[in-house]
Amino acid sequence: MSTTTTRGVASPAPAKVSKDRPRRGLRASSTFNFWLFTGPFLIGLIVFVFVPIGWSLYLSFFEARFTVTPSEFVGLENYRMILSDTDFRNSLVTFTVFAAFIVPTTWAMSLGLALLVNRLRFMRAFFRSVFFLPTAVSYAAAALIWKMSIFNGVRFGLANTVIGWFGVENIAWLGNPDPPWYWLVIVTVRLWLQSGFYMILFLAALQNIPRELYEAAAIDGAKPGWQTFRYITLPQLRATSTAVILLLLIAAYQAFDEFFILLGKATWGMPPLVELYKMALGENQNYGAGSAGALVLTALICLVTLFQGKIMGFGRGEESQ
Amino acid sequence: MTTTAPDLDKTPAKPAKARRVGGVMGNAGLYLATGVAAVLFLIPFYLIVRNAFMTDPEITGEEWKWFPSTIQWGNITEPFDDVTVDFARSMWNSLVVAVLHTVGILLICSLAGYGLARIPYKHANKVFYAVLATLMVPTAVTFVPSFVLVSSLGWVDSYRGLIIPGLFSGFTCFLFRQYFLGFPKELEEAARVDGLSYWGAYWRVVVPNSLNFFAAIATITFIAGWNAFLWPLVIGQDPSAWTVQVALSSYATNQTVNYHLIFMATAISILPLVFVFLFLQRWLVQGIAQTGIKG
Repeated sequence: MSTTTTRGVASPAPAKVSKDRPRRGLRASSTFNFWLFTGPFLIGLIVFVFVPIGWSLYLSFFEARFTVTPSEFVGLENYRMILSDTDFRNSLVTFTVFAAFIVPTTWAMSLGLALLVNRLRFMRAFFRSVFFLPTAVSYAAAALIWKMSIFNGVRFGLANTVIGWFGVENIAWLGNPDPPWYWLVIVTVRLWLQSGFYMILFLAALQNIPRELYEAAAIDGAKPGWQTFRYITLPQLRATSTAVILLLLIAAYQAFDEFFILLGKATWGMPPLVELYKMALGENQNYGAGSAGALVLTALICLVTLFQGKIMGFGRGEESQ
Repeated sequence: MTTTAPDLDKTPAKPAKARRVGGVMGNAGLYLATGVAAVLFLIPFYLIVRNAFMTDPEITGEEWKWFPSTIQWGNITEPFDDVTVDFARSMWNSLVVAVLHTVGILLICSLAGYGLARIPYKHANKVFYAVLATLMVPTAVTFVPSFVLVSSLGWVDSYRGLIIPGLFSGFTCFLFRQYFLGFPKELEEAARVDGLSYWGAYWRVVVPNSLNFFAAIATITFIAGWNAFLWPLVIGQDPSAWTVQVALSSYATNQTVNYHLIFMATAISILPLVFVFLFLQRWLVQGIAQTGIKG
């Protein structure tokens, strides 16, 4: 019997299983069962992931406005168009600025909250829940709160009320790109939504740091506080930090909801996905250019992921352990 | 990858000595800092509730009011009576979409994850790498090609279009595979010795012994499904197919702004997830702690 059960934990594959197949019939063969279990998923993956990608590769070489079965081959014209499109290029700048703000602030905020919560002895679960609760809120809902209540450009918005107490004039937070106050709105909404999630990751990692390290450090005369944090906690959190930064970067790259809702019809500050949305689903329905843009973005994010993987030693290779 | 659930309520990994050095002052400072942060994090929730139960003149009034002078209970029904946005319909759509999304993903991705982890097949590694490759392509970036496909299937403005394309999550499949790699083999082997097929062993032994993991994934998936915005926005061209998130976003661009209604609608849209949070937080936290790292 043992010959038919799985062999090897991580890598399925022993070819010798197939020797048993004739004896046990189709329904018991592991090949049949493999496809029985993975088939529905793989078919869906092909239809809804691989086919669309292939199709958009095809579309990106055609003039495809209002149609998904185009006939006019235009070569690299769509790529040339999208790469010379100022809106598209500005959106890449927007992403860079956005990432430069949101990645470090979320990293610091979630780590800070985790350190605070980790030291609490009373009401720990309560505070953890409070910081975690925004994770349940959608970007759409949070963007509405930010736009309509906190950073409402008129007098009765919370932010303008508060600065009003100090005699500062009302600020049109979202209505004006100069000065670019809209960044404050956009970064804070995401910070509020995301920090609790990453705090949980840091909390889990903090729990995994062996106590002995702190005890050894104390014996060696390290002062609790900055020294232990700098030389023990931070290095021990390296893997988590790296993963968190990568996750934040990918999430920032795909930012859409809050920009779309907060900035609405504004002509500034739009990230790549909003530009793609406008291009493919706006007035022109230019699927050719939209597909070209999507592929350029995909290529960029793959590059960033691989690049960061190289630099920070976090790759997908580890699962073959 | 470890699949043991870290206990986040464990006492801090700090030596007793270090704690004493901080002393009472240190503790007061710690609780003060945490308290201030907590208040800041709760302000948006407070604003939703405050605005939802106020009248518009109170919200937009000259003087900032911390609380409504009388609680406007009547506001609760207003989003449902609004003629510009069919809020009730959008809530129903979201419920259908989030539930079917969750059930579908759990079913399809767990089976695939199990197949990849536990059923020997000589090309299993190649299949697994094909799945991994899809993780490199962010789903949000593929919304243009996916829309092209779904619209040519005629699935725009339908539940099929909202739900089915999202069911084949390479990431969720990956998480299940990692989980099943760590599932104790003896249990399955005993079941197979008793004459159960792979299929039988999966449903009678593996799934019943993995309910915690399924619950964790289900919670995360449900929240993501309920809160999804870009895909429902793309697919829901007609207001009758809007999910609640798309309906909310339409308030932001409406000509007339009706503050108390908008915030009541926001509050109602968040309510189901607050319940999920209150009752399923244990699984949610465990799910994130176990799986988030691998994102």
